[in-house]
This record gives sequence, C-alpha cells and structure tokens, in this order.
Amino acid sequence: MPDIPTYNAQIALAENPAHDTSSVQMVGLIVFALGLLGVVVALFSDLGAQQPILMLVLLAVGVVGGPLLYIWDSYRSTGAGIHNNGVMFSSNQARGLIGWVAGIVLTGGYILLYWFPTTLEGLVRVVDPLAYTLRGTAADRWFLYGTIYTIAVLVMGVRAIVKYRHSRYQIIRTCSVMFFQLGFAFLIPQLLLLFNQPEFYFSYFWPLKYDYLWPGNISYIIESGAGLGVFMVFWGAMMTSIATPILTYFFGKRWYCSWVCGCGGLAETAGDPYRHLSDKSLGSWKIERWLVHSVLLFVIVTTALLWINSATEGGVFGGSSQMFSQWYGFGIGLVFSGVVGVGFYPVMGSRVWCRFGCPMAAVLGFQQRFFSRFRITTNGGQCISCGNCSTYCEMGIDVRWYAQRGQNIIRSSCVGCGICSAVCPRGVLNLENGPREGRFGTPHLNLIADLEVLEDPA
Amino acid sequence: MHLAIIGNGITGVTCARLVRKRDPDARITIVSDESDHFYSRTALMYIYMGHMTEAHTKPYADGFWEENRIDLVRDRVERIDTASKQLHLQSGKTMGYDALLIASGSTSTFFGWPGQDLGGVQGLYGLPDLAEMERWTSDVEQAVVVGGGLIGVEMAEMLRARGIHVTFLVREPTYMSYLIPAEEGRMIERQITGHGIDLRMETELKEILPDDSGRARAVVTSDGEEIPTRFVGLTTGVNPSIGFVEGSGIETSRGVLIDRYFRTNVPDVYAAGDCAEFREPLPDRKPIEQLWYTGREHGATLAYTLTGEPREYRPSVFYNSAKYFDIEYQTYGRIDPELPVGEQTLYWEHPDGNRSIRLQYSAEGEKAVVGANLMGVRHRHAVWADWISQKQGIEYVLSNLSAANFDPEFSDQGEPAVIAVYNAANGTSIQPRARKGWKRWMAKLPMRGNLEERRLVDSFAHL
Repeated sequence: MPDIPTYNAQIALAENPAHDTSSVQMVGLIVFALGLLGVVVALFSDLGAQQPILMLVLLAVGVVGGPLLYIWDSYRSTGAGIHNNGVMFSSNQARGLIGWVAGIVLTGGYILLYWFPTTLEGLVRVVDPLAYTLRGTAADRWFLYGTIYTIAVLVMGVRAIVKYRHSRYQIIRTCSVMFFQLGFAFLIPQLLLLFNQPEFYFSYFWPLKYDYLWPGNISYIIESGAGLGVFMVFWGAMMTSIATPILTYFFGKRWYCSWVCGCGGLAETAGDPYRHLSDKSLGSWKIERWLVHSVLLFVIVTTALLWINSATEGGVFGGSSQMFSQWYGFGIGLVFSGVVGVGFYPVMGSRVWCRFGCPMAAVLGFQQRFFSRFRITTNGGQCISCGNCSTYCEMGIDVRWYAQRGQNIIRSSCVGCGICSAVCPRGVLNLENGPREGRFGTPHLNLIADLEVLEDPA
Repeated sequence: MHLAIIGNGITGVTCARLVRKRDPDARITIVSDESDHFYSRTALMYIYMGHMTEAHTKPYADGFWEENRIDLVRDRVERIDTASKQLHLQSGKTMGYDALLIASGSTSTFFGWPGQDLGGVQGLYGLPDLAEMERWTSDVEQAVVVGGGLIGVEMAEMLRARGIHVTFLVREPTYMSYLIPAEEGRMIERQITGHGIDLRMETELKEILPDDSGRARAVVTSDGEEIPTRFVGLTTGVNPSIGFVEGSGIETSRGVLIDRYFRTNVPDVYAAGDCAEFREPLPDRKPIEQLWYTGREHGATLAYTLTGEPREYRPSVFYNSAKYFDIEYQTYGRIDPELPVGEQTLYWEHPDGNRSIRLQYSAEGEKAVVGANLMGVRHRHAVWADWISQKQGIEYVLSNLSAANFDPEFSDQGEPAVIAVYNAANGTSIQPRARKGWKRWMAKLPMRGNLEERRLVDSFAHL
C-alpha cells in the first residue's frame, strides 16, 4: 500500500492557545463551580430551610452569573458569524469525559426527581421564597424543576443569541422560546395557582401534554377552574385540532417545535452545544420513524380507551385503560421525555425526545410533510458538500444529501431551527414558506440525481 | 465495459455515480491514493478548525459504494500503458480498463523559492497536507502564509482558529485583484485584518531561512524584512497533478489536453476536472478551471458520453462561491476586475462595510446584465442563471432584484438600496416590484419529474 499519511484527529490540539481558558472565563467557571457546590451543600443540609433567601441569592449568582460571565468572555472577541472552532476536540461537546459526566449527572438528576424526591428536599426549600412570591405556597419538586429548567433556557438562550447574533432569524427565534418558557411554561401556571386556578400550560397541547385531552383531567380542570377551566379545555382542544394544522400549513412545524415548545426551547438553548451529536445514519432514521409513530399510536390508543371507558363508565375495559394511561405516563412521560430526552443530551444530541419520542412532533411531521407550504430551499448548484449542515442538524437529517442534489429539504422531522442555513458557508439553504406547487424543487442540472432514492414515508 | 477512474474527487465520483445510474452493467473502479472514501475537499479547513471530523466530510455513507457496485481501490497509479489498456499501480498490481478517466486533481504550485522544501513549509490541497499541517503547527505561535487567493485566506483563518499569529504576504495591490474589483478586495482585506492578521499587501516571498534541523526558521520578504516563523503556508496556486501520465502517449500541456468531449488524443482515455486542459477554451472561460463546481459538471457531462450518448461540454452560466472569514461570497456570470470598454458597473456597499452587491452590464442596447458579485448577501442561483442567459436588461433586473435575494427570513435586505444607487446615478425612477416576487417566479419553475418542462430553464437545459 502507498505510504500516504492519513489525517489523525487524535494529534489535533495538543497545545492550542486558542482553546486555553482565559482568566475571565476561569472566573466564570469558578463562580459556576461554587454555585454547583452550593447546590450540593443545599442538598445535604438544611441551610435551605434556615436561610432560604440567602441561599437562593448565592446559588443564583453561581449558576446564573458564572455561566453568563463565561459566555460573555467567550464570544466578545469573535466577530459575528459561525465559529464552531474546536467543537470536535471538546471533551464536553465531543463525548469526552466531561460530556459523559454531564450526561450521567443529568440522567441522575431526573431519576432523583422522579423516584427519589426526598433527596431533593434541601434544594426545594431554597426556592421557597420564589414559590411564595409567585404562587403563594411552598415549593415542591416540580416547582424546583420548573425553576431550573427556565433558568437553563434563559441563560443558555443568552448564549444562543450571542453565538448566532449574525442572524436575525436566530435572535428572534431564541427570544421566542425564552419568552414562551418564562411566561407560558413558568410564570402563568404559577400565577394561576396563586389565584386558586388549576395549573395549566397554555403552550402545551395534546398529544405532547397527553392528559389535556384525557377525560379525568378535563373534568378536574373544569371542576376546579370553573369558567376559566372551560376556556382552558376549549383552548387545548382548539389548539390541537384547529390552530396546529393551520399554523403548520403556513409555517411548517417550526412555529411550535423551535419557536414555542418548552422541550424544543431547552434543546435550542441548553442543548445547542450538543446539537451535532445526533446520529445521521440511515439506520437511526429508520428507528426514528418506527419509534416516534409507535408513541403516537400509543397515545392515541390510550386516549381512545380512556374515553370509551369514561363513556361506558368502565363497562367495556374495566381498569385496563387506567393501566394504559399509567404505563404511558411512566414510560413516555417520565422515562422517555425526561430521563432519556434531556439526560442523554451530551451523548445523543439535543433532540432525542423530539426526534424519537414526541407524538406532537409526529403529528406536526405528517402535516409538514404533506400539508404545508414550508420547505428548506436548496440554492441551485451552490452546494460544496462540505457537511456543515448535516453535522449541525440536531434532528439527524442528512441535509447535505438533499443539498448536493439541489433538491429542497422536506422532512417530517425538520423542526425549522435554521441552523443548517446559518452554518452553510456558501448560502445554499434557506427556510421558506411558499406555494406547495414545486415545493420539492428540481435537482439542479439534473445531474446530482442520486442512485438510490429514499422516499420519506412521513 | 470496465471504467477505471483515477482520482476519487468530485469529478471522478460524479462521473462514476452517473455512469452507474445510466448503465447498471458497467464495471466501475475508482483508484485513489489519498483516501479510502470520497470526502469534500472544500471542507478541509473545517476539520482543522474542529467544526467537523473527517468522517463528517464524507458525502456518502461508507456502504454506499458497495451498494452501488463502485469498486474503490486505495493505490497510486504510477504508469498508464495505453497500448494494452493497463494501469500499473504502486503496489505492483496492474488493472485493465476499457475506458479510462483521468481525474487526478491538482498539486500545490511553488515557484522555486529558496527553502521551499524545508520542514514546516507546505501547501494545502488534500488530506495529507492537513496531516502535515497538524504536525508542523502543533508547536508554533507565529505562521506566515504566502499567496492571496482563496486557499490563502482559508489557511489564515485555520491558523487563527488555533490561536496562531499569522503574517500574510500578498503580492497584489488589493486582495485578488486579478479576479475581483478593488472594492470587494478591500472588504476582504478588512475581514483579514479585523481577525487579527498581519496583512502585507504588495509583498512577496523572497526566501525561507532554515534552522539547524532543516526546518523553516524565518522568511525574508521582498522588502528585505525577516519574519521569524517555523511554519510557512504556500498558497500560491495549484497545477494539474499528472506526473504519472508521462510516457503514456497522452498529450499534455499544463494539464491533460482534451476536446469538448473530454477526449484525449488516445482513444478511450478521457480527462476531466482540475487536471484537464481544453485545447480550445470555451468563450469567457479558462482552459483549466480548478473549481469544485466545474469538476462536478465535467464529471456529469462525461458520464453521458461514456454511456453511449456523446455530449459536448456546454457549461451553465458561470458561478462560484467562497467565504472570506465571516463574509460569504457568491458570483454569477462575468465580473471583471477592470471594467471592459462598453460595460458599466453598479456597486452598492452597506455602511457597515461587510455587505455589497455589484452588477455588471452592457452600456449599450438593452443594457444586458452580464454578471453579479455578492458579498455578505445570498442570492438565488437559478434566478441569476436565468437572467444572465436570457440577457435581461439592468432595469428589469433591478426592479426584480428582491426576487433573487436568498438571505434568511427577517434579514435586512440591501436590494432597495442598490436600486437607489442606480436611480441616483442615472436619473431614473425604477421601483422594486412587489415583495414576494420570488414566489411568483418560483411558481414558473419547472416541476420535479417533468423532464421536458425542466428544460425551460435555459441555462440548465443542456443536461
């Protein structure tokens, strides 16, 4: 064999001054580490119960101030534009030691939250002052979770805005997910509790928020919310059945998945550093289609059973529909969307749940694929097949496969985050809403037409 | 038929894929000494900078080749025996062929500078160069890049991404003045200096000085200045990589000489892409065009000839693209660095100095637009190909210019300002057509699956 040196990434970045941590970044990291230390202290002591306000302020400075300082210093010296320098060499971002530790900590956090909530008691007490202010009662683990989740979206949202500040689409979209998380998924539900109304999330709909169309929950909301409760049930049903198809027709599923949804919001902000870790192989695409549609089927069957059961007052199925709903809540609601969906960010990328599990994404995907004006347009023959688009697609779409043929990208899974367009160095990709006629585009020059044409069934 | 292809770059691979599509029975073998699989050469910089790994730059999954029965051989062709139709490989093996495509690409060109063979001195063309660059730059803080082309600015960006100080020697008075007008050249210069690079215009390399170990220690510039550096990137262009063709009876000049059907003087031997040189260049085109897009179009056109449907090379309206640090560049048609007699130029630059649009058009008759340069602005390839091939006049183009815009949603569009510049200079009152013009225009585009209608787009019709 010819003796040709092969490129070896292992030797990359032995000593790389560009990736040395600056002194300001170091201060940010230390402040963050102290904040995490404070979290551990709070978990294992009753300081939270004794000095909740002091602890809350200290922890907030640590886990919010530290990262913001780090982010500010990381991006202030680079110009606006795409600078994914060193991503593939990063221990955190390229499944190195830090990445795996982060994955284990996140996964462990969800396990504690769901099944060992008493271990979090010390930390729950820290957010008591916030809970009393917002909703007039003491905090519980779900309030703690919502607080951490919202902080993550806001802090990392700032990072996303700074990182993608060359693109007005990215700035506006990131502001949108931050707004919906803070307002619709955090403040409003708490304020509803303050006014003795049922806790309700106006930005989540069936089938993602599966119990919003389950009979038991509907009667609970109407009973405890009276007139407002009726509106909530109406809102949920209307969004699922009318608003969703209409909005998806005009804008694609992005109107929800990368502009409104809280799961998407976390993925686009806290998950952004891990977006390239999604698997792009054909095999994972096949798994994705089977899994996500199975979950959709599961939630439809479960919902139908519950309604039949409710209508017949248990006459047909007895307790079996309860068993379905319990297993759905456990398997999909807790394990899949939480433990796996977020816990695996640093290993499988930021959209594990959205891609493989979310039934809402499956429904929106059908609509996007078959009844929408949305597409990602490929700009003629300008593609240089570099692979940045596919690499940074969080949904694991091999964008380049379409782009290099000059074919538009119309995939049910595409959430329309627009990062493929942002990272493209040649201006090849653009998110557009346009006439459905000719939506798939014409493979340019008729020459990059591929040998095996994969049809996207959904 | 056994088609042997030398080189697994975009030219050879595009040809192989299309031959397979058109002829299920052909036997196809691609020989490459550079890599096991086709990768995107244009993405080399991103591997070094850590945006992607080498695996990310492969446009097809590894199983693709076997699935489509395209044999890949990792070896180097040392000699071609055209009489017996045999390739002699470095491993000692031979390989017969019925048809041969030479698509061996380029090598970096050096100009006989003293010290150009020292350690730490290199060009940048392929994966081996990248491996070299990793080795030579692992312990340097100061680098010198010589040659102000596209690869030069890429290499400078690569080094900056690793925190290495770069001194950049450029011969021309403004950046790429042999290809693009001075305004755009100066914009590129601002990008380069704005990213902390010590840019020396009108400065050439005189020699590279060695240390005791045979590695570069410093460069001496044409001004006589000595700049200490242990890494020297020579990005002064590329030449066809055709050493192995010597003695085969295949005629060469700088490249392998071909006609418009990619035929060499030897029957059943073809050449295409970077390494091929047209005996008679096409109008407004160079005899050797070392571009990704050109290689792709060569490979595709030739595939028809190789499968029994001879097809002359009639390229589409010229287009090219690049990225100079944070500024994307697209060009369509013909833009001359020095305006030819009988033509006009219209140039708009955003006050921030990072965006511009230039149109070049005939001063006479219908004032047909001949080309466009876009800096920091994305435009639609298909719209421009249409306008240029149909010789649309400047005023028509201006009033529809927004239809060509391809910037992301919510972007601040510069097209109305371009019209204002034209109106101010010519006393006209051209108004932009209603927004969403592109949608009407797109609606006229031929639909997928209808080959006859597809031919409506003139510039693409030949394929």
